[in-house]
Amino acid sequence: MKLPEVAGLALAGIARLITGAQGHWYGAPPKAEQRIYFANHQSHFDWVLIWAALPRDLRTVTRPIAARDYWTSSPLKHWITREIFNAVYVSRQRTDDEDPLEPLMAALRNGDSLVIFPEGTRGNKVDPASFKAGLFHLAEAFPEVQLIPAWIDNVQRVMPKGEVVPVPILCSVTFGKPLTLFPGEDKRGFLERARNAVMALRSVH
Amino acid sequence: MGFLRNLTISQQIGLLFVVLFGLLLLVTVIAFSRTLLDRSDAEMTAHEQFKRDLRAVWIGAVLFWISWVAGGIVSTLLFGLVSFLALREFVTLTHTRRGDHRSLLLAFFIVLPLQYAIAASQRFDLFTVFIPVYVFLAIPVVSALGNDPQRFLERTAKIQWGIMVCVYGMSHAPALLLLELPDYRDRGAFLVLYLVVVVAIAQIGQEAASRRLRRRPVARAISRSFSWRAWGIGAAAGAVAGGLLYWSTPFKSPWGAVLMGLIAGGSGTLGEFVMHALKRDAGVRSWGGKASVTGAVGLLDRVAPLCFAAPVFFHSVRWYFGI
Repeated sequence: MKLPEVAGLALAGIARLITGAQGHWYGAPPKAEQRIYFANHQSHFDWVLIWAALPRDLRTVTRPIAARDYWTSSPLKHWITREIFNAVYVSRQRTDDEDPLEPLMAALRNGDSLVIFPEGTRGNKVDPASFKAGLFHLAEAFPEVQLIPAWIDNVQRVMPKGEVVPVPILCSVTFGKPLTLFPGEDKRGFLERARNAVMALRSVH
Repeated sequence: MGFLRNLTISQQIGLLFVVLFGLLLLVTVIAFSRTLLDRSDAEMTAHEQFKRDLRAVWIGAVLFWISWVAGGIVSTLLFGLVSFLALREFVTLTHTRRGDHRSLLLAFFIVLPLQYAIAASQRFDLFTVFIPVYVFLAIPVVSALGNDPQRFLERTAKIQWGIMVCVYGMSHAPALLLLELPDYRDRGAFLVLYLVVVVAIAQIGQEAASRRLRRRPVARAISRSFSWRAWGIGAAAGAVAGGLLYWSTPFKSPWGAVLMGLIAGGSGTLGEFVMHALKRDAGVRSWGGKASVTGAVGLLDRVAPLCFAAPVFFHSVRWYFGI
């Protein structure tokens, strides 16, 4: 076993000790199919929680999205995101000649699964903010990839915005039924449906 | 009884090992053979429940044995871990706010390790006052620094209560292990086993009694099964179990063992009753090992009676021997 693997196992262990990191699967079992998981976003801890809630063999093929300028700014951050999480880097500054979704498309062409937070930023309200268009474009370009909604519960209590050390509180990730883009469905309608699918998981017990 | 009391430590331990795991094995075999019968749905759910409880007992017994073999420090660590998991569950159930973040960090990462470290160093005077006095004063200070006056007293009280039950109560179990009693060297683990068995028997006794008696519950809104008579029968069952375990205890007469069993069993079942109230307050409906959304049900139910009984029992033992 190599160092990144060991570090990954240790990190998943810590996440489980602190949050329990329970994954509940409703409507789609955890399988090694190509998927895009999309979830509500409330804390820096969200990605680690989803990642720790996945079965171990799915963790290696499921990749997060990381902001290039922040996560490559120090060797340690770069090492963690590159070696442990195998993150897809995107740049936050828009340039005219480059599609911001291109790195994600490349990863999907490569057969990897992705975890995205379509709100774009961390919210602190009960309901998630409206979703950004990226999810729609990915669904359009890759109709064969399953879109799995996920609801992350309780994590804002573990690490509120501005705090560094997490408090041990049990959290859960609820994964729902795959969503498909209807033929001819418009962007607005699809994004609203996706957001509702995420929120509907809140009350699934 | 005299014969059992005169055995050497290793003989007593060997005997206990055989009895404990023999009984468990017997119950498991019977339970397994009963799964082969056809039964109604209600019976099946009761049976599933029983199987879950049985698994918990197995895990408890194996952990207990490991800690026994490995000695005082390892068992202190083990109880510390259980304490951590129980407090995690408690905090999940109570509604804390953003401003409580620092107090919770203090509880989990400073108070909990310190309390167990003090227990391991056998400074029982400091051990007794550390949480009720010093932490009691420190938590509201840290909470106030969180700059959130809304429901301040309520939130602080909840955190303090959680620490008292999950950390302070639980830490008395390893402390029993390390307590040095006259003519009882290296046998502290027997005292812990005595406590665990007595509390478990009292719980089972109360449960069985309330099912048979069908008395009017004392507090219907909190628990539909708790009545004073059932509680008394449970405590009495604990006392009988305590008397039967007299040979393994340091008490001077069988009546001492019976009385201690009564005290430990009675306080343990009251602890379970209080935990019912807490769950009702937190809005948890599912009961007994069935996971809620956050999975926060299970461990707390099982350790709460022990958390209530351990401090009472610990201090009763200290008064009894005048140390």
